[in-house]
Amino acid sequence: MVSTDQIRQYMEEVFDPEVPVLTIVDLGVLRKVEVIGDTVKITITPTYSGCPAMKRIEDDIVELLKEKGIDKVEVDLVLSPAWTTDWLSAEGRVKLKEYGIAPPENEMDKSVLFAEPTIVPCPKCDSRDTKLVSQFGSTACKAHYQCSTCLEPYDYFKCLK
Amino acid sequence: MNSLFEYLIRLGDDSLILGHRLSEWCGHGPVLEEDIAMTNISLDLIGQTTSIFEYAGKVEGKGRSEDDIAFLRYQKDYKNLLLVERPNGDFGVTMMRQFLFDAFRKPLFERLVNASDAQLSAIAAKSLKETIYHLRHSSEWIIRLGDGTEESHQRIQDALDELWKYTAEMFVEDEVDESLLADGILPSMKGLKEEWMATVNSVLEQATLTIPTNNWEQHGGRNGKHSEHLGFILTELQYMQRAYPGMEW
Repeated sequence: MVSTDQIRQYMEEVFDPEVPVLTIVDLGVLRKVEVIGDTVKITITPTYSGCPAMKRIEDDIVELLKEKGIDKVEVDLVLSPAWTTDWLSAEGRVKLKEYGIAPPENEMDKSVLFAEPTIVPCPKCDSRDTKLVSQFGSTACKAHYQCSTCLEPYDYFKCLK
Repeated sequence: MNSLFEYLIRLGDDSLILGHRLSEWCGHGPVLEEDIAMTNISLDLIGQTTSIFEYAGKVEGKGRSEDDIAFLRYQKDYKNLLLVERPNGDFGVTMMRQFLFDAFRKPLFERLVNASDAQLSAIAAKSLKETIYHLRHSSEWIIRLGDGTEESHQRIQDALDELWKYTAEMFVEDEVDESLLADGILPSMKGLKEEWMATVNSVLEQATLTIPTNNWEQHGGRNGKHSEHLGFILTELQYMQRAYPGMEW
């Protein structure tokens, strides 16, 4: 039977369908890998409650492991502890920026009302003169920003803690 | 009656019906960013519904899935607040409805995180993070519209006047809540209404809006007594399952 380390390595080949540069390991969506008897049990957690990518990720895991010759796979979805952007790997942050998506800044906007939006440097030109266009972007996990220096409109992977 | 199941149905129906209402804005938002924002929030709410109903099905123990619960009940079995089934109206009505609801859900989830029931607590912790973004978004719009032009001020004040009577229902505690509180499943809801009121007052003040003096309260949703609007929502929501019973894709 394969080792959990081996399975964990395989999981680096499962990508987020909506941010295809990130693997589920980079994202911190992969929570646990277990080998119980002849069954591989993978535990994952959603980034947002309504994240439509979860079903696809589940299917991709099963399919990939099948290709690797593992037929008995269980994928378990857990909500607790709730996902946070702190689980995004250092490597994942670099990949995001290279892909043109600003990685999460360390602080979540805690204040509810009219707090100054977080400064999110432009992923293209690194200017800090940028502005929030909308808290809600192309997917649940992103906000929409625009750079005032190079005018690039870009997604910001918003901080969730 | 299983109180936990009933409680979950109420919680889930609030998310489901408001999520559905917001989804009606898809392709009709006043600006593209707002269209995306409303559908994002809708997605969060429907995602929360999935988790809540999935758990409700387990608690009930009759083998019902989250889809069975969402699609295959009659109107009187829906227990959402009357507030969330109110029609979208203009953008002001939609945002006011959203704000009054978000300001309630945030302190509610903050309390439910401490529920002794582990799954309910997990759902609340997950949903709370999303709700903080929703509340911020709706609060900003209330202030922008209230403290905006004469026209926007009047419209958002009209929205507040129209919706205010539906807010009291959020804080009613009946035998379902009492039995869960007595069994220690639900944490104390002490201070919930006060916290909601503080958020509402603070935002409305900045928005230069006035709370209506008429204190008539309209109740009913929690007991399955709905306005005519819910029927129309369900007609659309349940169409496929009614036309093709048991269909899957």
